[in-house]
Amino acid sequence: MASAFSATKIIQPLPLNTTLTRSPENALFHPRKTTPSSFLGTTHKLRLHEPNSARFAKRRSATVVAVSDVVKEKKLKSNTSLSNLLITKEEGLELYEDMVLGRGFEDMCAQMYYRGKMFGFVHLYNGQEAVSTGFIKLLKKEDCVVSTYRDHVHALSKGVPARAVMSELFGKTTGCCRGQGGSMHMFSKEHNLLGGFAFIGEGIPVATGAAFTSKYRREVLKEADCDHVTLAFFGDGTCNNGQFFECLNMAALWKLPIVFVVENNLWAIGMSHLRATSDPEIYKKGPAFGMPGVHVDGMDVLKVREVAKEAISRARRGDGPTLVECETYRFRGHSLADPDELRDPAEKAHYAARDPITGLKNYMIENNLASEAELKAIVKKIEELVENAVEFADESPAPSRSQLLENVFADPRGFGIGADGRYRCEDPKFTEGTAHV
Amino acid sequence: MWGIIRQRVACRSIPASILEQSLQRIPIRPVGYALRNYSSTAKEMTVRDALNSALDEEMSADPKVFLMGEEVGEYQGAYKISKGLLEKYGPDRVIDTPITEAGFTGIGVGAAYYGLKPVVEFMTFNFSMQAIDHIINSAAKSNYMSAGQISVPIVFRGPNGAAAGVGAQHSQCYAAWFGSCPGLKVLTPYSSEDARGLLKAAIRDPDPVVFLENELLYGESFPVSAEALDSSFSLPIGKAKIEREGKDVTITAFSKMVGYALQAAEILANEGISAEVINLRSIRPLDRLTINASVRKTNRLVTVEEGFPQHGVGAEICASILEESFEYLDAPVERIAGADVPMPYAANLERMAVPQVEDIVRAAKRTCYRSGSMAATA
Repeated sequence: MASAFSATKIIQPLPLNTTLTRSPENALFHPRKTTPSSFLGTTHKLRLHEPNSARFAKRRSATVVAVSDVVKEKKLKSNTSLSNLLITKEEGLELYEDMVLGRGFEDMCAQMYYRGKMFGFVHLYNGQEAVSTGFIKLLKKEDCVVSTYRDHVHALSKGVPARAVMSELFGKTTGCCRGQGGSMHMFSKEHNLLGGFAFIGEGIPVATGAAFTSKYRREVLKEADCDHVTLAFFGDGTCNNGQFFECLNMAALWKLPIVFVVENNLWAIGMSHLRATSDPEIYKKGPAFGMPGVHVDGMDVLKVREVAKEAISRARRGDGPTLVECETYRFRGHSLADPDELRDPAEKAHYAARDPITGLKNYMIENNLASEAELKAIVKKIEELVENAVEFADESPAPSRSQLLENVFADPRGFGIGADGRYRCEDPKFTEGTAHV
Repeated sequence: MWGIIRQRVACRSIPASILEQSLQRIPIRPVGYALRNYSSTAKEMTVRDALNSALDEEMSADPKVFLMGEEVGEYQGAYKISKGLLEKYGPDRVIDTPITEAGFTGIGVGAAYYGLKPVVEFMTFNFSMQAIDHIINSAAKSNYMSAGQISVPIVFRGPNGAAAGVGAQHSQCYAAWFGSCPGLKVLTPYSSEDARGLLKAAIRDPDPVVFLENELLYGESFPVSAEALDSSFSLPIGKAKIEREGKDVTITAFSKMVGYALQAAEILANEGISAEVINLRSIRPLDRLTINASVRKTNRLVTVEEGFPQHGVGAEICASILEESFEYLDAPVERIAGADVPMPYAANLERMAVPQVEDIVRAAKRTCYRSGSMAATA
């Protein structure tokens, strides 16, 4: 576990495209620019994207600057004055703690797996923490996150307690899904984590549906404050799947409040992204459907956070979806059963040098946002938290026999349930026309 | 399993009470009700109108209900089931989708996860195969995987089974496939009253429901009682209906085959065989109680379905009877299903590939040992 936190080199810019290559539209995130559309279908007056921009502009009083300018300034200067920094001390500590939690938790999962406490398919998130932290820490509790099988850290960032996730992985009844979901199926209604899907691409339409609900609640059910945003996380392999394109189309068509976050870690099990994709630059697929596509360095949590801020506020305003490609890397194999032989050690070393946690630590220390001691204290705190989670999971009971057949249906008897919660056919009044509908 | 049967044999009084209970629960129509248009006072309604009115009433009762599918809006529905709904509820609630079954089914499931009540229409259930991942993996299994946190109050509806001359890729019956999956409720209405009551129950149900209609039944009229026209009317999910009482042989059927079974029952009655016709209404949960009670009364069973025979609904009913009422059977169970081939196009071949009334009559006679040969015929 110590190796994950050892200090390494300072952040170096990648040789690939760095922050914010533009979509063909020039002012990428201009707040008042509506997405231009030469497509006839979108001018149809009956479509869902009502141009109620006036309503949305009133709700967001903070001025939003085009992100490209902000980040360009910050990227070049390493020692800036406090007022020009991207984060405050509190925010920095929050981000650091979240990433350390993600890393510590996943490392503990690996340990537990090799000790036999965890089983089945376990997919770890080491190395990609910047994406989860950068995006999810900007959300409200009511916003939704839909993830893939690599969902432990998304669950943790969204607020699901570590002990609930650990118990779920151990298959105990105190897990967040009572042990019925497992590593790949983390659900939490309270924290609006809508899964946890094993099939790649499966979560994207579900996320689009949650975004659809958010918009429906605002426009049809007239809940004026419902500006909930949905984030869909998925990988580079998924971007070749049909459902991805179907949802890009519908999300842009109906201007749904969703952000499609591609965690491009360049590998799908053993298949390199470059071998599988005709045009490997995923962010370009956004503008093909009429939404901005952004590429960001996913190993740098601050850059991810800046892009995320803009994309999320775009969605909240009602300007529609965004496709964000985060170039990131997973330090471990695809899953704990993957021997990870196909990846070039030089590539792994290159990204290991750009560990997001070390990067943030260096940023905070250089800019005097926190001291080494404070950060060490956070690491210690997280270590204890994770140990507690393991103890809790160990001591929790396995599910009882009766739990096997529970929760198949919300209404197991299968009769129509009336508004009063009783079965409709048992209500003597239902045939008289006076029963409450 | 044998232990259970021995117990059942020992307690002979149980069958009677099960029968009484099941008889009390199911509204029993008089025998002649099976014949349509015999009463001038009963209002008649087509299945299409029944579905339309059910959708209309549910959408007006609960603003969270919305309809999504191909051609449901401006085209008024590919089979005109959603006629008039766009004008009444607007494009926000009656949504024309692009041709992306996987995408929009997933969107419906996601909307249901997060609080709405979608009704997703498939132009035919053959297209549901493109979306079957979402029906099974994200809808059916979610309540279980999330341990009750996320329920999915969604309805997947559309025509199922063979139409006329539409070929192999548009004619498959999906009752057996969906019926085998825990977490789904699968309904197959026959008459207008079934259509109304079951669709309303399905929309109000907090679980995913697969609602298998039949294109050829859309235009058929059935009498509907006043209570069925009430806007709070709904039928229980998981209860079969005895369409016609009888005492010699039980015929189970669902969807269009109920009509055929009723016709067969008429023919059999003229030959002195009194057939009891059960309209299954619900494939999952299957009303094993009613079927078993009926077989214990008649001692013979013919299952009728339109789909492929292997692993079909009839196979499940046979297994259920064997497990529960084996010693009551006086003859082997006859299983009538569609031919074990993809649906051919030629009209005469198609006729041979789908069960016909004569097949049901022959099978019933075989179980009554009225025909010579025990060999299965087409």
